[in-house]
Amino acid sequence: MAITENIIGALPDERGHFGPYGGLFVPEALMEPLEELRVAYKHYMGDENFLRELDEDLANYVGRPSPIYHARRWSEQLGGAQIYLKREDLNHTGAHKVNNTVGQALLARHMGKRRIIAETGAGQHGVASATVAARLGLECVVYMGAVDIVRQEANVYRMRLLGAEVRAVESGSKTLKDALNEAMRDWVTNVDNTFYIIGTVAGPHPYPAMVRDFQSIIGREARTQMPHQAGHQPDALVACVGGGSNAIGLFYPYLDDQGVAIYGVEAAGNGLETGQHAAPLCAGKPGVLHGNRTYLMEDADGQIIETHSISAGLDYPGVGPEHAWLKDSGRANYVAVTDDQALAAFHDLTRIEGIIPALESSHALAYASQLATTMRPDQIILVNLSGRGDKDMHTVAAREGIRL
Amino acid sequence: MSLISRRFAQLKARGKKALIPFITAGDPIPEITVDLMHDLVSAGADLIELGVPFSDPMADGPVIQRASERALEYHVSLRDVLEMVSLFRQLDAETPVILMGYLNPIEVMGYEHFADQAANAGVDGLLIVDIPPEEGEELQRIFKAKSIDQVFLVAPTSTPDRIQRICDVSGGFVYYVSVKGVTGASHLDLKSVEHKLAEIRSRTDLPVGVGFGIKDAQTAAAVSRLADAVVVGSALVSRVEALADEPEKIGASLREVISSMRQAMDKVD
Repeated sequence: MAITENIIGALPDERGHFGPYGGLFVPEALMEPLEELRVAYKHYMGDENFLRELDEDLANYVGRPSPIYHARRWSEQLGGAQIYLKREDLNHTGAHKVNNTVGQALLARHMGKRRIIAETGAGQHGVASATVAARLGLECVVYMGAVDIVRQEANVYRMRLLGAEVRAVESGSKTLKDALNEAMRDWVTNVDNTFYIIGTVAGPHPYPAMVRDFQSIIGREARTQMPHQAGHQPDALVACVGGGSNAIGLFYPYLDDQGVAIYGVEAAGNGLETGQHAAPLCAGKPGVLHGNRTYLMEDADGQIIETHSISAGLDYPGVGPEHAWLKDSGRANYVAVTDDQALAAFHDLTRIEGIIPALESSHALAYASQLATTMRPDQIILVNLSGRGDKDMHTVAAREGIRL
Repeated sequence: MSLISRRFAQLKARGKKALIPFITAGDPIPEITVDLMHDLVSAGADLIELGVPFSDPMADGPVIQRASERALEYHVSLRDVLEMVSLFRQLDAETPVILMGYLNPIEVMGYEHFADQAANAGVDGLLIVDIPPEEGEELQRIFKAKSIDQVFLVAPTSTPDRIQRICDVSGGFVYYVSVKGVTGASHLDLKSVEHKLAEIRSRTDLPVGVGFGIKDAQTAAAVSRLADAVVVGSALVSRVEALADEPEKIGASLREVISSMRQAMDKVD
């Protein structure tokens, strides 16, 4: 399908549909709370005081705008296009997640909700939620799969230091998807005083649109920064896709720039052919989970299957519905890289540029390094460096047989 | 008239309220589900709600989640559940069967194909937890064509406008979720149930069932004073769970609890 009209601002429709994707697939008990959220969100996004507060928080608390860095040495060694990095790893709490939690927590406060809940996989969104809850004096409960709690011990401790209660989820596969189920159950039970901060561009409407809007600051800044810094806009954008919030944040403001190619990079885990991966756009099919229709990893009976990725933040069987639509429309390309390829890129960036990237972001870097070699040295790739790798020290060391 | 509507009409004529037990198909082993359904009927069930196992049961509490997990260890699929209904129908052509579950297994099978298969198997109603009326127009059309009643939920958070909309599209009966929470929650407030039921009844002539939070004969009786039907789920499923290693004892245990509820409900004048 060729796109001839502008995309920005056109989607989703009133009930959250991106073509056949998105929507509101939730139990009746959540319909009214979601409507309340939709109305409040619409209202505050037009409220000058709210927007001024948000801008101040993003500038002085998060540390925005995040810089763009030209990875010269790495680009030279690859011998192709110039690779630029949007440094979301330099944000407060170390990843792009905080752009969204600052926005949603502010909304929670304006809506008079004193308790926030969140789900987390790698722990980054949980930490970002606990952080803003601490700052605003809100009660915070974070749901985390029991398996992830073991994998991400340091982040669990960070959340507890920040005053959040981390509840282990023992149902299902005990990972991110189950944490999301459990957070939904909490919300159904405590809707009166509770605001659910979803960490990615998935879930029922208005979450995919709302999280996208909060994360779009990434792409808006980049569009302003690139001409100054590099002389022109990038030829290609690359970002990793789990649920897809950092990717949509970079992509969205560029969707109408037809000259800019867009690549979302999923986790191929041990390889797409092994079935042990987390790449629903590359190797899944459409279905309904967690409140929206989107591409899923599922079996022939429609049961959601367990995913695999070295990166806990990409270890999710679904993906934001806008990505599903961008894939079908052809505006964005979705590819996948394996654990091993991501690890190689992790080491390359660390050794060549002195930047330790998150394993999630390393997937984007791995694909960018392949793409660069197919392009000319006067062309530009902008990679969203969505987070820093401090949290991944144990995972990388363990992979190499080292005990820290 | 559908089997569900006919059953409610019969009960009304006899001045009785419907008792609707819920069990998850395939829990704890697939072989006994059909026998359990017959056990429930023999102990006094008027309709049966059969849960379709799903990997991510977002609206269910821990008891029914674990029931899904036990069934999924045997890979009990939507097709298997339809097969169980067919088998049940060989001996019981009267008791309405309602499938309760989540949308994705139906999406994967395809709406038309599923509706065909469900009608052939003898399914009378469907309660899909994660599809509000707004998203279900296509499904509603397809089920209607096959004379399958689609039952919708009303929640404590539903506004008058939403209640009207739900009543307009619901078939068979309207199901009021009596607590803010997931299945198996424990804080049933009869006053607020009474209030909400009056609101629902002012908008529809359909029977109104109440579920979530009904744990024993006493609560069942109290709710049956207010509603046309009482749905019991977690209270039964926790008995199934307790006897998961001795499945041959489950039938008697469920018969016992259903009988006691039946008696308590029938004493209510």
